[in-house]
Amino acid sequence: MSLDAVSLSRLQFALTATFHYLFVPLTIGMGGVLVILEALHLKTRQPIYEAAVKFWVKLFAISFALGVATGIVMEFQFGTNWATYSRFVGDVFGSALAAEGIFAFFLESGFLAVLVFGWDKVSPRMHFFSTVMVAGGSIFSALWIVVANSWQQTPAGYHLVATPFGTRAEITSFWAVVFNPSAMIRLTHVLIGAFILGACFVMSISAWYLLKKKHEEFARRSFTVALWFAAVFSLAALVTGDLHAREVAKYQPAKLAAFEGHFHSSGAAGLALFGIPDPKADKLDASISIPGGLSLLLHSNAKAPVTGLDSFAPRDRPPLGVFYSFHLMVGLGVFFIVLTLFGLVMLWRKKLFTQRWLLWVFTFSILAAYAANDLGWISADVGRQPWVVQGLLRTSDAVSTTVPPGQILASIALFGVVYLLLFALWIFVMNDRIQRGPEAVEQPASAIAGSPAAGQLEPAAALSIGQES
Amino acid sequence: MTHLHLLWFILLGVLLAGYAILDGFDLGVGSLHLVVAKNDEERRVLMNAIGPVWDGNEVWLVTFGGALFAAFPRAYATAFSGFYLPFMVLLFALIFRAVTLEFRSKRPESKWRGTLDFLFFLASIGSAFLFGVAVGDVMHGIPIDAQGNFAGTLLGLVTPWSVLVGAFTLSLFTLHGAAYLHLKTEGELHERLRTWTWTAAGVAFVLYIFTTIAALLTLPQAKENFVRFPLAWVLVAANVLALANVPRALFLNRPLQAFVSSAVTIACLVALLGVEMYPNLLPSSLDPKWSLTIFNASSSEKTLGIMALIAVLGMPFVVGYTSLVYWVFRGRVKLGHHSY
Repeated sequence: MSLDAVSLSRLQFALTATFHYLFVPLTIGMGGVLVILEALHLKTRQPIYEAAVKFWVKLFAISFALGVATGIVMEFQFGTNWATYSRFVGDVFGSALAAEGIFAFFLESGFLAVLVFGWDKVSPRMHFFSTVMVAGGSIFSALWIVVANSWQQTPAGYHLVATPFGTRAEITSFWAVVFNPSAMIRLTHVLIGAFILGACFVMSISAWYLLKKKHEEFARRSFTVALWFAAVFSLAALVTGDLHAREVAKYQPAKLAAFEGHFHSSGAAGLALFGIPDPKADKLDASISIPGGLSLLLHSNAKAPVTGLDSFAPRDRPPLGVFYSFHLMVGLGVFFIVLTLFGLVMLWRKKLFTQRWLLWVFTFSILAAYAANDLGWISADVGRQPWVVQGLLRTSDAVSTTVPPGQILASIALFGVVYLLLFALWIFVMNDRIQRGPEAVEQPASAIAGSPAAGQLEPAAALSIGQES
Repeated sequence: MTHLHLLWFILLGVLLAGYAILDGFDLGVGSLHLVVAKNDEERRVLMNAIGPVWDGNEVWLVTFGGALFAAFPRAYATAFSGFYLPFMVLLFALIFRAVTLEFRSKRPESKWRGTLDFLFFLASIGSAFLFGVAVGDVMHGIPIDAQGNFAGTLLGLVTPWSVLVGAFTLSLFTLHGAAYLHLKTEGELHERLRTWTWTAAGVAFVLYIFTTIAALLTLPQAKENFVRFPLAWVLVAANVLALANVPRALFLNRPLQAFVSSAVTIACLVALLGVEMYPNLLPSSLDPKWSLTIFNASSSEKTLGIMALIAVLGMPFVVGYTSLVYWVFRGRVKLGHHSY
């Protein structure tokens, strides 16, 4: 990679986006787990669920703050590094970004304050409502940004207009932009990935407590909730993954061909399980494939033709590295299904919390979840190359023409140092919280269960304040 | 000209004013953090005064950025690529502000807290100052070529005028932060903050006069708009009265009125900025006809219309959430179990 503005800006975007994505799926996924745990608390009034919610909220808040801080960079980076792109897509893309700010970010940030700081200030029901709003708000913000990304993959609802300052895309139908061909399936798949990651995070820490014989009751409750959550969404990921691949085959055939290492257009295309793509010979080395498998998966017909890379000019083909990222992601998806279903069987047989090796696997499952989420995005966005907007604008034409490469290099160096520092701080503070663990349950359950709090907010609020003292 | 272009110019002004008023006091609290608070507990009080609200306040900036991108993409692209390194520094300052707030009280060691306190202070004054410098540059005009690209240098952005506007912004936010803290604290700290608010109002007033004189000397184009829109003089009068009302309210022992007065001062200044700029978003210092205006830098009318609908639908909710948060966390700060 040479040190030109395009390569440097791509490197910076990859760096800042990957770092930002440490926090995004974690907070989206944990949001779902928090809603379930707090609902259980409201329903059962067991103090252990309250302790659990409060503990996870602390970790959630730390990560959320970092997500906000690194998210601002993402928003302004379109303008700083990709000015030509911004002028080209602003009319279409900007609406989604503005809608995200107005509809989602205010919602999230407002109710986050109540979620984190409002325990003594509002009633338990109002607090639960805030948790639901934060979780909903983070999903809602994912909606808009995924719509914008999807529009780059499968543009719709626009026309090209020549202006005195160059051609740009202008919106013709807002709803066609929002429901562009890949938007909803990508959104579902992204959210499911985030839910699996959030659940793995909770299982990972809970498993570690169980291994260390600390906070065991708390850990068992949290683990059980997260395990069900993860199992359901691991299965769901299989379904959305399949639908998503069919959509890619239809609208971005070059990307799909690179994912599958499918060099030559043919009927009865095989599904490669392993292999090493060889771009010089245009073939897949050392591959193990299922005959007709790819045709069957994409078109429900083992003989159906599948477009290969040879249908595209070399300059329009994506890099073949996505073969690995895509296959690894799929492999990890299968791993989550096997792991969580096995976990459920062990839970049913009451052996889950005593199998140390299995708990160790769950402890490290968070790394696999991060890998799967990132590999998914790498496949999606590197697989779109050489285009920044599929078929309309090449990445090489999209950068800011006025920023000297030296300045980009300087900002990359700064991002590298600062993000490394932030990463270390985040791990340090999270670890500190995790080591301390949830707070001991202070009051006997009967004191709360005896209260006729349902429907009466005042006594319930008084109780939660009483617990604090 | 269409009403939609004007509407979005005004809406951007509203978002900018919302940001300057709300995050303005957060940044002001940061710039007072090292000098006002005498011990760890007082520093925690200061941070917790903005704890529940800073995140929501920063969203005004994010939404301003998103709206600028959507409504005037050419201005967004030129400004951000043109101010590349200063914007990067600003982004780092905002990151550090967020992180230091969140992490500072997570460890008890005085070395940890001292370092993060210092970074919090630095990030806050850095952000406030850089915002002012950027506004000063934009008011004065920047070298924009015929294609609408920035054609200047990094050092060209640092002029005596832009530095003055930066210092004025910092003093204004510090005043605003002091007035906010005066409202949110009690006891001896509360009394000390009254003095600080008083002093900050004095400094801001002096810099206000300097900035006004410098504006009359360096921004001749501004006068045209004041001739075109004579009602703008009402804003000037309101601005001066609001700023002068801060010490009066302090004297009468009305902290809320002092805070509202400094908020009105900021709102008037953003409105005056709008009057001065109209219809320019980024005036070109090379040739006025190369300036990026609300007409030649805008998105299509269809997009402006869709976004107006989004804003109309969304803004009541935004006001609702913001009011809810400020209502829930009303009153003076008390450190509790869930504080920073």
